Amino acid sequence: MIEQVSVFLENSTGRLAELTRALGDAGIDMHALMVADTESFGVVRIICDTPRAARDILAGRGFSVTLTPVIAVEVPDRPGGLADVLEALGRADKNVEYAYCFVKPAGDAAVDVLKVDDISAEETLLAEGYSVLRPDSVYELDPS
Amino acid sequence: MSRPELESLQLERLKSLLVRVYDNVPAYRAKFDAADFDVASLKSLDDLRRVPFTVKDDLRAAYPYGLFAAPLRDIVRVHSSSGTTGQITVVGYTQGDIDRWADLMARTFASGGVTPDDVVQITYGYGLFTGGLGAHYGSERLGALTVPVSGGNTRRQVQILKDFGVTVLACTPSYALLIAETALEMGIDVRDLPLRVGVFGAEPWSENMRKQIERAMGITAIDIYGLSEVMGPGVASECVHQDGLHVFEDHFLIEILDTETLMPVPDGEYGEVVFTTLTKEGIPVVRYRTRDISRIIPGSCACGRTFRRMERITGRTDDMLIIRGVNVFPSQIEQVLAGVAGVAPHYQLVLTKRGSLDHVQVQVEVSPDFGFDEVRELERLQRTVKGQIESALAVSIEVKLVEHKSIARSEGKAKRVVDLRSETEGA
Repeated sequence: MIEQVSVFLENSTGRLAELTRALGDAGIDMHALMVADTESFGVVRIICDTPRAARDILAGRGFSVTLTPVIAVEVPDRPGGLADVLEALGRADKNVEYAYCFVKPAGDAAVDVLKVDDISAEETLLAEGYSVLRPDSVYELDPS
Repeated sequence: MSRPELESLQLERLKSLLVRVYDNVPAYRAKFDAADFDVASLKSLDDLRRVPFTVKDDLRAAYPYGLFAAPLRDIVRVHSSSGTTGQITVVGYTQGDIDRWADLMARTFASGGVTPDDVVQITYGYGLFTGGLGAHYGSERLGALTVPVSGGNTRRQVQILKDFGVTVLACTPSYALLIAETALEMGIDVRDLPLRVGVFGAEPWSENMRKQIERAMGITAIDIYGLSEVMGPGVASECVHQDGLHVFEDHFLIEILDTETLMPVPDGEYGEVVFTTLTKEGIPVVRYRTRDISRIIPGSCACGRTFRRMERITGRTDDMLIIRGVNVFPSQIEQVLAGVAGVAPHYQLVLTKRGSLDHVQVQVEVSPDFGFDEVRELERLQRTVKGQIESALAVSIEVKLVEHKSIARSEGKAKRVVDLRSETEGA
């Protein structure tokens, strides 16, 4: 599992710009950003190189921010690649809450980010032979 | 003091009060004469119901000193109301009033379990507001170490709370929550500090909010009651049993009146709280209509005090909103929010007109510990809040989830209602 930065936003002009500027000013590099929105509010999901630092910076700027564990799985960049992953999870009766993807800087494979309610889904994917990314291959780990 | 002893003391003090205001305050003389009320005809406490009321507008009309019953050379201090509902009103105190007020506030602290060994941080505003100086004199009179911080600068409040070994905090309940939140931001958990008692008043709050403050600060939170027109804080106070506010009946006569008929209701029933000051010299008030809604809690208290208990203020007739014909108290919303996980108890009510209909939007903050990465969960939260508020108020509303800390925190009394109905009429 890797950590996704999740931010609750009211739908107001310029708020997303403020958020991304705050991360940019702090030198944080985003790999993926996905916005889910409704009429009155939105949720921004971010995969970046230092999620904990990003959370602290955004919290300090008054954003409602939390870290969410998600699975990042490498998917061959070919038609049906994602469908295979989702079908494997479906056969194991693992429910996917939401999904989006990004391409790793190396450029050879797409990475799918999956939010699941059952963390054993990661085992399911490994058993099916998929490559599931570890945190240190996506972002710098915070010194602990 | 037994009830019969207390009542005979009250009657004696009431008779003397009525003569004093009739002789010294032209406005009372005119009012009594107009109502054909002869002060000498009062023979029992029940006769009080024949005495005309005093209302906020009487104090406004007498601005600044018109209702004073003592000459200005005997007045040693004035305070004033905040003027939240209009022009400010001025109240004056003789030296005797100041002394009695200090005694009553010392009694307030003591009934909340505060002792001379405590360190009391006074965070009520000092100045024209009665809260700061009222609490200050009472804390000193009790013999506690008194830290007169006054309001504002929340980070400094937290620093003092920690550095001075403060054991008792006196402020508004909404400010107590802000102090707890600010402390956490500063990396200080108030529960780890010596603080053990909160003496909170000056705004209505709910039982849920009390529990939340007690949990966040690791303290016993005591509700106190007072209003500048009657004296300031120190009119009634909870004891450590936290089951209603003992009214200091040796100095204040309390009546609970039906809001329509203005006739007394039996103990246990809700109505408007009306006070008569029995011992004040500077500006006594006779049957002052507070606009606060409460009731007398029947029965006796485990602490053994014989003063009757008033339930916490459930709302004000002034705050009462009429939304599509339904009476709504904003405090009901707070009560609901404090019981829902995932939202903070801070809210703002925005009233507008949509055509001829009232539209209510309740803005609610999503709490920072809510795992809010899923829209579906947020929508469920929104529906839960909407459903619970609607069933509490019996009015349909719109809930808008807003970001944590986007609703202004109060350092004094919280601003909960924005009424734009007259501006949006017909829109």
